[in-house]
Amino acid sequence: MVLHPGHDELHGITVLIEGTSGRLYVGRWHERQERGVVMKDTAILEPGGDRDAWVAKLQKFGVPPENRLMVIPAEEFVSVEKF
Amino acid sequence: MPYPELMIKPMREEVTRLGVQEMKSVAEVDAALADGEGTAFVFVNSMCGCAAGGARPALAKALATAKAKPGKMVTVFAGQDLDATARVRSYFGEYQPSSPSAALLKNGEVVAFIHRHQIEGRSADEIAGDIVAAFETHCA
Repeated sequence: MVLHPGHDELHGITVLIEGTSGRLYVGRWHERQERGVVMKDTAILEPGGDRDAWVAKLQKFGVPPENRLMVIPAEEFVSVEKF
Repeated sequence: MPYPELMIKPMREEVTRLGVQEMKSVAEVDAALADGEGTAFVFVNSMCGCAAGGARPALAKALATAKAKPGKMVTVFAGQDLDATARVRSYFGEYQPSSPSAALLKNGEVVAFIHRHQIEGRSADEIAGDIVAAFETHCA
């Protein structure tokens, strides 16, 4: 249920986004714009990192807010799933 | 930036009417948690309708059904009572800040934590089940 009128279904939801660069992003989806996805409080795993260990750590201890506000460029976006 | 108190008041009362003690200052947080004895449940309340709208009813359901309960139940309001919230989070060790969220401490250590991402998109019954499970595992 969207409780903030004007926002899309993922607004406020913690998601995992895969990037064309190989980066993984976990943070709160704010909105999709033409330039990309606006995210809040986002942690990033660089390419080559241990995805399973990183995801497990974030599931247990929470998502470190490494990037308070960022945009994942549209050309970087591959897929999104609820975290 | 804090919200107008008039907007927050009903959300505070939705929790405090359950018998959960609200902490608005660092001193109140330390008075409740510094001794580190026994079990303490900390509910981090939030304005966010995306998740807190499910978390508060879940807490009510959990407290109505749990067969075991913690020795203390306390709450802070994230984004509103900033100093108290920061202080509470200092008791959470390596658990990252999120709101709404909930922690169960036993003898000063976090033994269960429900993050915002475990609240979003789930029903109050599902979230309540997690709270009850934590209570009955660690507070019996």
